[in-house]
Amino acid sequence: MSTDSRELSGAQIVCESLLREGVDVVFGLPGGAILPLYGVLGQYPLRHILVRHEQGAAHAADGYSRATGKVGVAFATSGPGATNLITGLATAMMDSSAVVAITGQVGRAAIGRDAFQETDITGATLPVTKHNYLVMHAGDLERTIKEAFHIARTGRPGPVLIDIPKDVFQEMATYTGNAEMDLPGYNPPGEADTGDIDAAVELIDQSERPVILAGHGVLISHASEELREFAERAEIPVITSLLGISGIATDHPLHVGMPGMHGVAYASIALDEADLIIAAGARFDDRITGDTKRFALQSKKIHMDVDPAEIDKNVKADVALIGDLKMVLGQLVPALKKNRHTEWLRRIEHLKAEHPSLSIRETDELLGQHVVKAIADATGGGTHIVTGVGQHQMWAAQFSTFDKPNRFHTSGGLGTMGFEVPAAMGVQVGVPDEVVWSIAGDGGFQMTMAELATLKENNIPVKYAILNNNQLGMITQWQDFVYNKDFYANAYTGNPDFVKLAEAFGIKGLRATSQDELESVIKEAMAHDGPVVIDFQISQEANVYPMIPAGESISELIEEPV
Amino acid sequence: MSMNGSSPGKGANGLSKRTVIALVQDQPGVLARVAGLFRRRGFNIASLAVGRSEREGMSRMTFEVEGDPEIVSHVARQLDKLIEVVEVQDVTEWDIVWREMALIKVSATAETRGEIMQLTEIFRATIVDVGAEAIGIEVTGDPDKIDSMITLLRPFGLREVMRTGRVAMPRASLEVGGKDGHNVRDKDAKFWVPNSPDSPGEKRTGSV
Ligand SMILES: Cc1ncc(C[n+]2csc(CCOP(=O)(O)OP(=O)(O)O)c2C)c(N)n1
Repeated sequence: MSTDSRELSGAQIVCESLLREGVDVVFGLPGGAILPLYGVLGQYPLRHILVRHEQGAAHAADGYSRATGKVGVAFATSGPGATNLITGLATAMMDSSAVVAITGQVGRAAIGRDAFQETDITGATLPVTKHNYLVMHAGDLERTIKEAFHIARTGRPGPVLIDIPKDVFQEMATYTGNAEMDLPGYNPPGEADTGDIDAAVELIDQSERPVILAGHGVLISHASEELREFAERAEIPVITSLLGISGIATDHPLHVGMPGMHGVAYASIALDEADLIIAAGARFDDRITGDTKRFALQSKKIHMDVDPAEIDKNVKADVALIGDLKMVLGQLVPALKKNRHTEWLRRIEHLKAEHPSLSIRETDELLGQHVVKAIADATGGGTHIVTGVGQHQMWAAQFSTFDKPNRFHTSGGLGTMGFEVPAAMGVQVGVPDEVVWSIAGDGGFQMTMAELATLKENNIPVKYAILNNNQLGMITQWQDFVYNKDFYANAYTGNPDFVKLAEAFGIKGLRATSQDELESVIKEAMAHDGPVVIDFQISQEANVYPMIPAGESISELIEEPV
Repeated sequence: MSMNGSSPGKGANGLSKRTVIALVQDQPGVLARVAGLFRRRGFNIASLAVGRSEREGMSRMTFEVEGDPEIVSHVARQLDKLIEVVEVQDVTEWDIVWREMALIKVSATAETRGEIMQLTEIFRATIVDVGAEAIGIEVTGDPDKIDSMITLLRPFGLREVMRTGRVAMPRASLEVGGKDGHNVRDKDAKFWVPNSPDSPGEKRTGSV
């Protein structure tokens, strides 16, 4: 059929297939079982970024995918190389990020015999991948890789792992350039059912206190323009989940903010008072709902999701719109009547005034909120913000401002500390011309800081703002609020000097200890053409407010004492 | 003793038994993926039967699991997300035919043999093996029937019981052009069949 048909080795077929899928960069680290692939990699126009730890490769591929909407690719060898990917794959799975991981496996004859560096990685990654493959014949590679990329990026995206035995890389097979996929059980939905659309229109047109709960689906589906039209047409305030942040501009009049455990109080209260919640690519995570039996009892729910298994999973839907969000909004918006909700918006303004969740307490000390705010002020709303997990993540979510979509990248579902270093690297590789800041915790940063060497080697100019409180701040906070102030294993008393550490990696290191220094330090970092690590020494006496303790409801909301 | 599918029973722990049918690609690892989703929730798979289907390269699995109906229905939807799963149905509330086969080895002496053979006849079972001290019996039918037969054989001395696990199939419609399995199905029954064009289900609509 194709004139492209040739006899190639499995390794060459992998490279040809990656090029066909539009891959230009791969994050990886070699080892025995995958060396045959590395043996030919240099002959192809594929940029390989050699990481220091395979977890870094997986997070970088994830970050790359989040920032670009393309598939991020990671390579690792068998056994420990492959198992090191698992946290990154699980992170990508929970946040629906399109990643393809290619792992070497021991030779076919050795599989199942506990050979050196053998791990059943398809077995181990079963629950943390959207799909995975063990490819036992080079002749299957072309189709498998095509399927893997298709599965990773379509429908609800997710990670796909392809495990390839060493001798399959070396086996010769025909590469056709047009293998056919065989996926009879995989049909991601496109448009929503028109009957469902009618039912949704009726609910929306009738509602008096509607809110949109915008999630990651808005960004994955590139639907933020449609979201804005939707919100404006029917005048509906927009609440964003943690992963929905930047789905609508922060300064848009209908933007409300993030609700839930550490969300702004007025967003949580608005969700509670609404008579209709329209979840747009959001999955009613427990960090938003708290106790589902007491969550938003006054409202009907419209749930739009590309994944049918999300419907009724946590919160019962009155109307389900199953389909690709961009298409679904395209169907829905023109059918809606133009509407005004003046009373309801006034109520929300009133809530904002009564619950000023984003005010920062008066103090001479340096707080995490000051740092996030200063970065937002200095860099503008187009900056990519990547975070770790903990207090700094919540401050970043609360105080960052965005005027372009898809600028906030965080491990929302898995809550993976250490994401902040390699994921930011992957984001920056994906968008080399844009500004990337990582808001890091001193805890998370130390989990993956080996990648500073990778950043240096490749001159990837991420600016790392470590909100250094010399502790696992969020742990301190939970022990304070929930565990009777029995503080234990929360303090880091032997943290490295992060400036010297950066310098040891050949990276620019800066420090700020007071509010006065913020502006100049941030400016200096921005002016530097290369990666920068800034040690922001922030107060230890700080909690993230508001807080709704886990499993509770809006009635247990704790606001910052004044 | 009924030859028809009985209504969903209760398991030992009071959870209801659900019957789920899946059409899957016949590939290595499918069973582990499917079983993994039940394992994740701590569900016991009470019975499982797998075999080739009418479609080339596809197998059908019948599961019987014990669990809360809503949760099983949700697991069925998660099963449907598996790439190799083409179609899934929780058919518990459907009008279905279900069958199971058992091979039973029971002790038999000259005195008891006649009685056992009589029982075999009543159950329309077949003697498939005769030894000096035992008889092998094959019985097919509704799982309740097999349970009854085993109960009645127990006093003779059960030596070995092998059960296949139940297989289930929606009944054919009584109407010409009707959808199989739908003739007496409760309108609100939990089901999920989004994928296959020739599946008996229909797309879920807004009133959920
Ligand atoms: C890999 C991993 N281990 C443990 C946790 C539990 N955890 C959540 S937040 C947190 C503290 C994070 O400390 P740090 O990175 O310094 O951020 P801070 O809360 O101080 O801003 C911990 C340990 C986690 N989320 N991820």
